[in-house]
Amino acid sequence: MSTDDGSAASAAHEEGVVDGEFVDPGIPSEHRPRRADKDPKAARKAEIQAAAMFGISVVGTVIAIWAYSTGKVGGNDPGAVQRTTMLMGVGIALAMFGIGTGAIHWAKTLMRDHDMVEERHQLRSSDEARAGAIQMLKDGAKDSGVGVGRRGLLKGSLITALLIAPLSVLVPAVGNLGGDWKVSQFKHTMWRKGMRLTKDPDGTPIKAADVTIGSVFHVIPDGLNDLKTGKLEEKAKAIVLLIRMDPRVLNVQPGREDWSFDGIIAYSKVCTHVGCPVALYEQQTHHLLCPCHQSTFDVANGAKVIFGPAKRPLPQLPIMVDSEGYIVAKDDFNEPIGPSFWGRLK
Amino acid sequence: MRRLSLTRYHRAAPLVLLFVLLAGITTAASFIQSQPAIAADAASTDDISQGSKLFTANCATCHGLSAQGQDGVAPSLVGVGAAAVDFQVGTGRMPMQASGPQAIAKKVQFNETQIHQLAAYVASLGPGPAVPDSKAVDPALGDPSHGMQLFRTNCAMCHGSVGGGGALSQGKYAPSLMKTTPTHIYEAMLVGPQSMPVFNNANMTPTDKRDIISYLEQQRNGSPGGLSLGSIGPVAEGLWAWLLGMGLIVAFTVWIGVRSS
Repeated sequence: MSTDDGSAASAAHEEGVVDGEFVDPGIPSEHRPRRADKDPKAARKAEIQAAAMFGISVVGTVIAIWAYSTGKVGGNDPGAVQRTTMLMGVGIALAMFGIGTGAIHWAKTLMRDHDMVEERHQLRSSDEARAGAIQMLKDGAKDSGVGVGRRGLLKGSLITALLIAPLSVLVPAVGNLGGDWKVSQFKHTMWRKGMRLTKDPDGTPIKAADVTIGSVFHVIPDGLNDLKTGKLEEKAKAIVLLIRMDPRVLNVQPGREDWSFDGIIAYSKVCTHVGCPVALYEQQTHHLLCPCHQSTFDVANGAKVIFGPAKRPLPQLPIMVDSEGYIVAKDDFNEPIGPSFWGRLK
Repeated sequence: MRRLSLTRYHRAAPLVLLFVLLAGITTAASFIQSQPAIAADAASTDDISQGSKLFTANCATCHGLSAQGQDGVAPSLVGVGAAAVDFQVGTGRMPMQASGPQAIAKKVQFNETQIHQLAAYVASLGPGPAVPDSKAVDPALGDPSHGMQLFRTNCAMCHGSVGGGGALSQGKYAPSLMKTTPTHIYEAMLVGPQSMPVFNNANMTPTDKRDIISYLEQQRNGSPGGLSLGSIGPVAEGLWAWLLGMGLIVAFTVWIGVRSS
């Protein structure tokens, strides 16, 4: 509570009227009593309303405990889990909701309704308190001998400890950023010359004749499933989408005339934006859509970006057909797959 | 004191607006449906001649009198097979209602016999995939666990992880598979209708296809976790959290701040 009366505030109010600015409306001069203040019937009604809200809370608690103890609300079918979870949630929500609304309704309608003024006081301390604090700091510095040349060993060891203490947090934190720091592994995948393209996930090799026009195969390299370690890491880099379209529609890119085979073409499935698997292929438009940020690649035209935040076309995997009719890789990708990273082209 | 607002709405107006919006969104999310399919029967010459008449009367305007197609209007139907006809006509996508990004599945225009006759006629024009028999699409015979692996790799990026559907580019979308019949799911994989790629029997064997149908059938039992909101992913969930959650917070803040009458 303030020692001031309201006159200072109301004077400031009248002087502070500036055109076009919001003005502190101050306190209404007349106190308007609520219905519950004047009419005992209204007060009784508000009391019953608040009590009813607390009652709802009790009902909610009972519902939640009942649903939990029953375990399978309304039978043994798979939907019972859903109904139990939902009823427990509704019960707990009602239990909290009833208490909250009841308390607020009580406070708004029935609790004391006097206007109160609480003035702010200055943040600055008194001059004596400030002088006292400065004197304490000075005394402390004098006691410790800082700046006078005494206790060199103590000061030196303290500063050393302070400087190296953060390493106890930083070294593990930085060390956990990656399994290892071999950046060159991002530049290559496990694709090699002559490696067969196989179906994800079972690893069946794919014959060129099986890839009919309009088909899409989700591809992993042959031998990926036999890897003992690092299988997921290699898969994340090497996944490829194999598509066949009408060779008349496919616009083969200059310098890549022998990278595809009779309309069969293979592109990395890792988006060049932030690396989502980009696999929403629209057969009629030959557009490949990334589900994360809607980057769209035109597969018929070198997987060029036609929409969205990706900056580069998808890397193309050069393919050919071996003597048994299976599709094999001609080489690894000729550029790092996926999003940009430091030193990508170095 | 300056009046901040001269027009006053009823205090419940924001809440009403909120619920109208949410109700609209929920209805829109569940309108994509499919219709029952016919069983595969042998085609007789009578079926073919009946189908030819139906074709001339209902399809030839766009696809041409001999189903050869028209550039920029409609594709040739020679060699698409009975499966394509059964899917397109059996789900109500054909005859097409209007040109647009995608032919929508509307009320089926023909009865089972007529669809069978149309399919027989189109199948007679050139070899193509046939309508699968009931054993090939029986969910009870499939392996849902293997089907889930295949669905996640090949289908989930467009149709969502449990087949709830999803958006594609420029107004196209992958429809929900929650109500599609097993036969139509099988046929769609086989023929690759509209934007969907083809998953022929070399890519996905008939057993694989049945496993996928079995997996999708399992998803129709409901989600044990709570309301699925159409299973269309974070967009639906975010919309509810933002509109309903934030709306309730705003409404209660206003109620707490308003002086009792």
